[in-house]
Amino acid sequence: MFGYTWSELSSIFVMQSFSGFSLFSVLLLMALGLAIIFGQMGVVNLAHGEFMALGAYTVYLCSEIVHKHIPALAPYYFIVAIVAAFFAAGLVGLFVEWSLIRFLYKRPLDTLLATWGLSLIMQQAFRSIFGAREVTPTLPDWLMGSFKPSATIDIPINGVFVMGLTLLLTFGVWLFMFRSRTGLQMRATVQNRVMSGAVGINTKLVDRFTFSLGCGIAGVAGAAFTTIGSTGPDSGSRYIVDTFLVVVFGGTASLLGTVASAFGIAQSQSILEFFLKGTMGKVSVLTLIVIVLMIRPKGLFASKVRS
Amino acid sequence: MLGVNNIDVGYNKSRVIHDMSFKVNPEEILVIMGRNGMGKTTLLKSLIGILPSTSGSIKLGDQEIAGMDSYQRVRSGIGFVPQGRMIFPSLTVTENILSGARGNVAQSTWDEIYALFPVLHEMRKRKGGNLSGGQQQQLAIARALVANPKILILDEPTEGIQPSIIKDIGRALKEIRNMRKIAIIVTEQVVSFMMDVCDRVLVMERGRFIHEAYRDSLNSDKIKALLAV
Ligand SMILES: Nc1ncnc2c1ncn2[C@@H]1O[C@H](COP(=O)(O)OP(=O)(O)O)[C@@H](O)[C@H]1O
Ligand SMILES: [Mg+2]
Repeated sequence: MFGYTWSELSSIFVMQSFSGFSLFSVLLLMALGLAIIFGQMGVVNLAHGEFMALGAYTVYLCSEIVHKHIPALAPYYFIVAIVAAFFAAGLVGLFVEWSLIRFLYKRPLDTLLATWGLSLIMQQAFRSIFGAREVTPTLPDWLMGSFKPSATIDIPINGVFVMGLTLLLTFGVWLFMFRSRTGLQMRATVQNRVMSGAVGINTKLVDRFTFSLGCGIAGVAGAAFTTIGSTGPDSGSRYIVDTFLVVVFGGTASLLGTVASAFGIAQSQSILEFFLKGTMGKVSVLTLIVIVLMIRPKGLFASKVRS
Repeated sequence: MLGVNNIDVGYNKSRVIHDMSFKVNPEEILVIMGRNGMGKTTLLKSLIGILPSTSGSIKLGDQEIAGMDSYQRVRSGIGFVPQGRMIFPSLTVTENILSGARGNVAQSTWDEIYALFPVLHEMRKRKGGNLSGGQQQQLAIARALVANPKILILDEPTEGIQPSIIKDIGRALKEIRNMRKIAIIVTEQVVSFMMDVCDRVLVMERGRFIHEAYRDSLNSDKIKALLAV
């Protein structure tokens, strides 16, 4: 098949799967943030990709600072940088909700326009601050190595690390949504905003928090992104389309749906990419998604509870 | 307790409640009777702030609440049980109850709720959406109670509910009033339920009160006549 032997094919399969893991991680975190915001407030955040880029730039900034001033910490800084990326994106998200988004609820078109404008502003800001050229943080050596379980298979550690981080964060978000009081208030507000107010929930505060949380998760996606690509002002906009695919495919209602759909899209894209040219891989995935959506218009994992 | 003065409420241009004033006395169960479309729900929505009144004042004790958001009114002491229950369908029974609470719910409050509505204890892990109408009604009352309201407002709590559970709900309302010493406003169309629970009744027609009677001078035939078309 394609001029490869079966054993070569299976090695390629395994390795592309692992490189798919990194893509999966970025897509999943992006989609998680986007879906939380959309599910909660009906806001389609077209600037979501820029929050990812913000996270990536934060990691770059941490890298620069640490390598210049405290090189002793260089092996460990990446962990701290991930946390910093979360808070940087989260805080900017908080400010954006407060200064812009909250005036546009119930006006979806204006929101689209405003968040698109915001994405342009953020891109320009990145360009002014970090320059038009792509930047790469210096990643610690331990992150750049690889396992070699057999002669033909090479598994990058950063892919495994980023995937672990993603699963941890996803689990954390799940715990937060289903075990904390704020999570409960978020779920109540999604289901019935008016009634949530009438049982004493400050839904505007819940909105602000949700938007900020979604942006913070995008920031972590950006941190994960630095392990597979270099960051430029328009890095975010290149991921936003794939992220929307994941959300549409998985449905906004279920975490499992988002995970499965991010996994499916990242893996098929990454494996197909090896055999077809990059764009062909994308087109095939897109075709597959369109077919699935025709069969299951509400996404693969629409939830069923009578109201 | 609650003093409503000269409020107007409506949807866009159409006014439904006209210059309405009334008082609720402490520890009183006030039943507001009226046929469909007379403005009961509109009035209660304006009390909880879902549909704010456009003029007049609403005082809870000494506090003016007419300009507040719903959640602030709840925190000031209004508990709301809407028409159609409006429980959160995909939250569990326990989560539905917790959604109404600020901070932790004391064990004594759980005990009180489960004593009032034992079925909620059995169903506590079920999703709200999978409960029967009567169970959902009890859940909606429990959800309002955990916020420790000074006044509880219920919109047609017997609508679409089987007779045996209607009795339970009537008993629960009287017990809540007696135990918690709070005031209760209930809107209704069912005269027998009103006769069971009320201390006072007001009859509403097209956004105005047309009749008032206290329990000891109440004539149920007269009220039935007023409700007949
Ligand atoms: N959302 C709405 N928009 C416009 N008019 C409404 C709305 N809800 C109710 N109304 C009107 O307000 C009036 C009072 O309705 P409502 O308060 O629901 O009465 P009740 O609860 O006594 O049955 C009715 O004439 C109804 O048609
Ligand atoms: Mg009504």
